[in-house]
Amino acid sequence: MVVKVDSLQSSIYFSGLGSDELDSIRKYVFEKTAARGEIIIFEGEPAKAIYIVIAGVVKVFKTSADGKEQIIYLARPGDSLNDVPVFGGALGLASAEAMTPVVLYGMKKEDLEVRLQEHPKLGANIIKVLSQRVEQMLSLVEDLSFRRVTGRVAKILLENIEDTNGQRHRLTQQEMAAMAGTAREMIGRSLKLLEDEGKIRLERNRIVITDKEALKEIASVGK
Amino acid sequence: MARMPEIDRSKCNGCGLCVEVCSCKVLMLVGSMVEINEKVECRRCTRWCTMCEMVCPTGAIQCPFDVIIEE
Repeated sequence: MVVKVDSLQSSIYFSGLGSDELDSIRKYVFEKTAARGEIIIFEGEPAKAIYIVIAGVVKVFKTSADGKEQIIYLARPGDSLNDVPVFGGALGLASAEAMTPVVLYGMKKEDLEVRLQEHPKLGANIIKVLSQRVEQMLSLVEDLSFRRVTGRVAKILLENIEDTNGQRHRLTQQEMAAMAGTAREMIGRSLKLLEDEGKIRLERNRIVITDKEALKEIASVGK
Repeated sequence: MARMPEIDRSKCNGCGLCVEVCSCKVLMLVGSMVEINEKVECRRCTRWCTMCEMVCPTGAIQCPFDVIIEE
């Protein structure tokens, strides 16, 4: 396995480091592959290494006691996994599953700690990564509060019902996310919640409103 | 024929993440552009899974829904 310097540079972790620095760092980097559907990190297990996605997509998620899944973020090439528990010295805070065949570069916690002493730029980069993670989490907290997103999704659905002339305004989840001012991941969760509550039914290509009055009530909460 | 995901060619960067995530194998890369494989139907996932739209980093794939009232 050859660790490629340009792949390392694609991550914020190693951006701006010189070729000599990257050359000395890559000795401590290992490659890990995962098949689609494979769990890469288990929530609650000791966090021993950070990972950078080189190819593929990884879903980082938490699961509630009753089996509901909340996606925290999707890690695409250049994004990192497991950094918060590695630096916090804690157990894995979330699980990570390969959504596609995945190639990761990893670095063990103890190796990373030594490299941090040797390369101050690496420390600055890691602060940037962790700041982004805090921003992501705060945004998620905001979205999850007070059912606001579900209310806004209900309103969007009511405003986009096919009219009596059969005029259709088809909606993607991406568009709904932009309209609701939230992440696309939150839209999927809200639609599932509305379906579980019997307000809508998700069919292939169609969202069927089964209880318009109840949906209106939820929409008014989301204002 | 089942409705297919819609591709905005001007936004596709050819990364191939959508092809990898598609369980129906309805998407394929031709050169550096994603294309629909017309020989395959987007039906294997029991409902419009929209994973391709979800993973696309540039918003080049859309899986739209009609919103209707139950009769």
